[in-house]
Amino acid sequence: MDKFTTHTGTGIPLRRSNVDTDQIIPAVYLKRVTRSGFEDGLFAAWRSDPDFVLNDEAYANATILVAGPEFGTGSSREHAVWALQNYGFKVVISPRFADIFRGNSLKGGLLTVQLDTAVVEELWKAIEADPSTSITVDVVNRQVRFGDTTTEFELDDYTRWRLLEGLDDIGLTLRHGDSIDEFEKSRPSWAPRTIVA
Amino acid sequence: MAKTLAQKVWDAHIVRQAQGEPDLLYIDLHLLHEVTSPQAFDGLRLAGRPVRRPDLTIATEDHNVPTTPGPIVDPVSRTQIETLRKNCAEFGVRLHPLGDEEQGIVHVIGPQLGLTQPGMTVVCGDSHTSTHGAFGALAFGIGTSEVEHVLATQTLPLRPFKTMAVNVRGTLPEGVSAKDLILALITQIGTGGGQGYVIEYRGEAIEALSMESRMTICNMSIEAGARAGMIAPDETTFEYLRDKAHAPEDFEAAVAYWRTLPTDKDARFDTEVDIDARSLTPFVTWGTNPGQGAPLGASVPDPQSFDTDSARVAAQRALEYMGLQAGTPLRDISVDTVFLGSCTNGRIEDLRTAAQVLDGRKVAQGVRMMVVPGSVRVRLQAEAEGLDKVFTDAGADWRQAGCSMCLGMNPDTLQPGERAASTSNRNFEGRQGKGGRTHLVSPLVAAATAVVGRLASPADLV
Repeated sequence: MDKFTTHTGTGIPLRRSNVDTDQIIPAVYLKRVTRSGFEDGLFAAWRSDPDFVLNDEAYANATILVAGPEFGTGSSREHAVWALQNYGFKVVISPRFADIFRGNSLKGGLLTVQLDTAVVEELWKAIEADPSTSITVDVVNRQVRFGDTTTEFELDDYTRWRLLEGLDDIGLTLRHGDSIDEFEKSRPSWAPRTIVA
Repeated sequence: MAKTLAQKVWDAHIVRQAQGEPDLLYIDLHLLHEVTSPQAFDGLRLAGRPVRRPDLTIATEDHNVPTTPGPIVDPVSRTQIETLRKNCAEFGVRLHPLGDEEQGIVHVIGPQLGLTQPGMTVVCGDSHTSTHGAFGALAFGIGTSEVEHVLATQTLPLRPFKTMAVNVRGTLPEGVSAKDLILALITQIGTGGGQGYVIEYRGEAIEALSMESRMTICNMSIEAGARAGMIAPDETTFEYLRDKAHAPEDFEAAVAYWRTLPTDKDARFDTEVDIDARSLTPFVTWGTNPGQGAPLGASVPDPQSFDTDSARVAAQRALEYMGLQAGTPLRDISVDTVFLGSCTNGRIEDLRTAAQVLDGRKVAQGVRMMVVPGSVRVRLQAEAEGLDKVFTDAGADWRQAGCSMCLGMNPDTLQPGERAASTSNRNFEGRQGKGGRTHLVSPLVAAATAVVGRLASPADLV
């Protein structure tokens, strides 16, 4: 995973709540066996509407998606994170994310930032008034800055450290191989096995 | 200290705990399917890592398979299936492919093989892994990065969940099923109501349910935003498991442990929700998320009747997408298709209850009904009981096992504008096919709707 310290870019307002992962990328696009090339499927149904905000030239270079509450509900498909990243998004801001989507995004280096509804509304208004509004998302100081506004967001220390260092979770866990070996010795003998020797 | 069921299972699986870090939890069972695993196996290959415990891992083909006999026609889908077969062969993972007697939806085969047991941790790259919580297991969906993590380490770093008790008072009235209960609960607490929580379903109504019905309830925990749903193991659980292929050899030792799992009397939940089973009636959705539901006897709501701007806008959008007018009685809504199946309602009990309604009746003219068993074993059982005959005599289509129309990925889809009553779990825009309109219903409502041609319950048939 690439290191994530700070990102400055422009935002795109997605004024919708309950943006589920079937909207982010419909199942029909999940047949690929790679992690790339999913940008075509991003919001596929909504993009067929010329008035959809992703089709607005003013936001063509945006890297920060600003969405309504309950973003990423539904299916656990990590393809949703890949589609957003493949399309060019670095950050998603929403008043609330679904758990699995949030976990997937932070593992893959797509920063998901939870801000109060009022701040999201303020951000929507700012980028609707001026799509070139510069937004900085700062993992070091856990801040989002735009115009005269500076607002802090929550990110636990451990996740922040992983993002700043660009660390791979599996590598970190394998450092504790001894603990896993030890644990396995204590598992009950009747615990089921899929392959019976 | 008094603990909840979820806390007991969590604590029994901690491999490592350190200040400021997530707990490292051991995973007892890892289920795989073709859609969310290929990139994980690629990652292992790239890093030169083996699968740590192939003997705690099992794979099947379900999401991207046709439910008609014969080969997979779509070359991209075929590649995805072949990739899973290659990966399982290379890494030594047990696979139940198409044509195998144990093939089926991943959340149907785990329990029917007896691999899902009380007190276990179960994961799968699929959000409906919460299904397995019906056995008192801590079971939840994960993304592909986590699939790779579990393959490589048999563990996951996790932050503790909060706990929520859903207390279901009284017993369910005749004609009201587990599906109605969970749909009503999601409408009550919202699609984000369970966020950050593991829900434990408790109370008289839950204790009275069969394992199949408990699975229906836990399955849809994710639609309330919860990471997992659980039900304390009891005699019903033990009896279900006793004769299963992977039931513990020393069954009594296992049962003795399982009896220690239920939530302690004085344990505290972070939050509690009460729901009165006696007040419930058949429940259906009218909108485009599972929290937009109402009793079948109600009407399509007026978007202005909702409390927040966000809910009003969402309801307005949903009515436009669904092609519905506020104030229309739900029973007046005609459907084109009825889908009976999925990991929510594709088990033998679901097929039996629907068949009872359809026995001697006909699917309404112009309505297509698809019946898709959740697994090959469910299909064979149903055929042994003659249920397939009931369905086909009624004019329904009896198909092969798979996820089918639940997710609009395989050949079974809705056409734009087509309206379905579906026993699946998600009514999102386009979920069952681009432009398709979904009403989530119970198997009883699905069967009655097929006969009437409009949303209906069996009571409407008398």
